[in-house]
Amino acid sequence: MEEKKRIRLIVAVAVVLPALICLYYFLPQIVDLFTYDLLGLSSGSHLGTSVNFFFYDTVKILILLFLISSLMGVVNAYFPIDRLRNYLTTKKMYGLQYFFASLFGAITPFCSCSSIPLFIGFVKGGIPLGVTFAFLITSPLVNEVAVAMFLGVFGVKATLIYAASGIFMGTVGGFILGKFKLERYLSDWVKQIQAQSEIETEKWEGEKTPFIDRLPSIIRDGWDIVRKVLVYVLIGIAIGAAMHGYVPEDFFAGYLSADRWYAMPLAVLAGVPMYANAAGIVPVIQVFVAKGVPLGTAIAFMMAVVGLSLPEATLLKKVMTWKLIGIFFGTISLFIILLGYLFNFIL
Amino acid sequence: MEIKILGTGCPKCKTLEKITREVVAQNGFQAEIIKVEDLMEIMTYNILSTPALVVNGKVEIKGRVPSAEEIKQVLAKY
Repeated sequence: MEEKKRIRLIVAVAVVLPALICLYYFLPQIVDLFTYDLLGLSSGSHLGTSVNFFFYDTVKILILLFLISSLMGVVNAYFPIDRLRNYLTTKKMYGLQYFFASLFGAITPFCSCSSIPLFIGFVKGGIPLGVTFAFLITSPLVNEVAVAMFLGVFGVKATLIYAASGIFMGTVGGFILGKFKLERYLSDWVKQIQAQSEIETEKWEGEKTPFIDRLPSIIRDGWDIVRKVLVYVLIGIAIGAAMHGYVPEDFFAGYLSADRWYAMPLAVLAGVPMYANAAGIVPVIQVFVAKGVPLGTAIAFMMAVVGLSLPEATLLKKVMTWKLIGIFFGTISLFIILLGYLFNFIL
Repeated sequence: MEIKILGTGCPKCKTLEKITREVVAQNGFQAEIIKVEDLMEIMTYNILSTPALVVNGKVEIKGRVPSAEEIKQVLAKY
């Protein structure tokens, strides 16, 4: 890229980034001004509060989505997944490899179409199955969309709990699955690859394109994510707003409350086959929480929906037997249920 | 030259193919563009994330969609 274009890019980032942060910071006042003064809705009316809530939530979440997606893109430019594989195969980790694989699952943007090449690439590089599972558990569970949605809807504390417990679950889950000696349940062709696997000796090669020249496509990717989930965010918030008005207070408290022990497994088992974009499900879950479902049960349900799904199972079928998929899903569901009880206990 | 676009059919892979075709057409590169969707074949290139751009058997870009300008620079080397 020419020097002129680079300078223009830096100036643009230096202007837009602080502007977005300011907008985020003063958003409540701006939205109040818009709904009550400009649209002339009365601040006490039901319609006024709903419109205000809708605009505030949507804009807030979109800003967060854009910033977090771009940030993850930057992190990834410095730490691509190839580099992790290189670390995992060449360095002695003393058990920490499960944690690192899980952590990286969290910071790499998740794309379901990439999960199979990644799985095979790990197996091919001689990385143990348990470590690969650690990555595979956290990758869909903690991703930029889920984090941005959680941050926008539930705040910092719940987001930290969600992300930390997701990484913890990947670490422990990968470790335990690794102990089961599950290699024999891989598909035949993956077994062959594994037999031929070799420890990578080649040094990890960095990108040749300088970071600044990759920045435009990183920002564009961040914007693409926002555009792609926009419709889910809008639908989720609209359903949430509608439920706020029509579902009676404490509606769910009756049968999903914390003192009914069977509520947790029910919520998780209902969530596993479901697949919903984190963007659409979080605003709905917020209403569940507002109407009496304990936050722990809600987080567990969300983990089951986002982390495990039938489409994912059919994808994994390319590399695993149904038995292995069953063991994988069963173990993770159990973990989510236990985590859910723990959340309800400590929150 | 022979250009291969590796990808199992995700939206990003289609974007990469589209941009590459445009770059080749606009700059008059002599190139044959092949889309590789077979997973087994993709895996022989030892990549971890799709899409990827392979020129004459060498992986040039992997795991992301580059800008048209970047593709042009890559192709100009051949």
